[in-house]
Amino acid sequence: MSILEYNGGAMIAMAGKDCVGIASDTRLGIQAMTVACDFQKTFQINSNTFVGLAGLASDVQTVSEVLKFRHDLYELREGRKMTPRVFSNVLSNLLYEKRFGPYFVEPIVAGLDAKTGKPFLSGMDLIGAPVFTDDYVVSGTCTANLHGMCETLYRPDMEVEELFETLAQALLAGVDRDALSGWGGVVHIITKDGVISRELKGRQD
Amino acid sequence: TQHTAMDSVLAIRYKDGCVIAADQTNARSVLAYQHNLDKVTELSKHTAMGVSGPNADMVNFSEYISKNMALYEAMNHGNKLSVNAQAHYVRSVLAEALRKGPYQVNLMLGGYDEKTKEANLYFLDYLASMQKVNFGCQGYAGAFCLSIMDREWKDDMTKEEALEVIDHCIGELGKRFVIAQPNFIVKVVDKDGVSVSKFGADPNDN
Repeated sequence: MSILEYNGGAMIAMAGKDCVGIASDTRLGIQAMTVACDFQKTFQINSNTFVGLAGLASDVQTVSEVLKFRHDLYELREGRKMTPRVFSNVLSNLLYEKRFGPYFVEPIVAGLDAKTGKPFLSGMDLIGAPVFTDDYVVSGTCTANLHGMCETLYRPDMEVEELFETLAQALLAGVDRDALSGWGGVVHIITKDGVISRELKGRQD
Repeated sequence: TQHTAMDSVLAIRYKDGCVIAADQTNARSVLAYQHNLDKVTELSKHTAMGVSGPNADMVNFSEYISKNMALYEAMNHGNKLSVNAQAHYVRSVLAEALRKGPYQVNLMLGGYDEKTKEANLYFLDYLASMQKVNFGCQGYAGAFCLSIMDREWKDDMTKEEALEVIDHCIGELGKRFVIAQPNFIVKVVDKDGVSVSKFGADPNDN
């Protein structure tokens, strides 16, 4: 039993044409037992950035609280919005601060650069080592499944509805072969005009 | 790694309040110290939490939280903390202690919010994960009772219906759980406060 697999979870973020999407399952489990089917793992940071946190549920909640604090204080002090790239660096810094006693979360960041409108994606490990991609990032207990689905279904420059469908199908198929993930899902698509969020209807097993 | 407590805590949220039940056995390994322990602590007039875990942590933690609730109300002109706020506070205490000296307590925190006129129930475990739920269990009880609650819980239940479901759960534990838990204490939290619905053995009988 690994601490990162204690509660279970699955997460994908994907880039589209001037839009970006992030999807997660909503299961909260204690090893094999499912406790809730509406656990939040994706958090809106500001109007153009989302963070998805997979891993130990307690740290998902703690890290999202600390992140929100650091982000909100930045915006108050600077008087301007935090860009997704800077946010990703703040998160990376937060995690590395705990290098020898880490938060057990493996986050993904999805955002839209306010000026250029270009999608931003990053993923990192529990001590904040980042990877920046232009197609998709995944995290959770079934990353192998999710990589397989994303690699197959992803195409560059998808519009909002296509991106939603791709994310939803990749997530649903990925979690169906993982005992610790699933029991519902949620997808958020960020565009310059706003955020569209939808709940997914999937297998409840 | 935590001490695997043999305690059962069951809780159900109904339309106007919460029912929280817990077994009354106080035991360590193969020795049972008592069968009339009250594991459901009143946190404030409108909230209670059922706690499972080693007796030391259970008592220490419950008292720490309930005293801090009383302190808050005393310092804030009698302003009450909402159930949501209390649950977040409990989570923050657990989260801070987690990497220092964790409280090995798993709990169900339930109450009734006068302001919004709704009942709220929260599941918290010793790692400080927290989730708002309609019903829940701590301990092995979940393996037997969650499916009963899944089947029988409905929106806008009455207190009597909730108490009946708790009875079904306690019955199931008595029938199929290998650890005999002869006594359960059942408390109700609603707009009138925390009251004892029934108990197997009187906690004050010492």
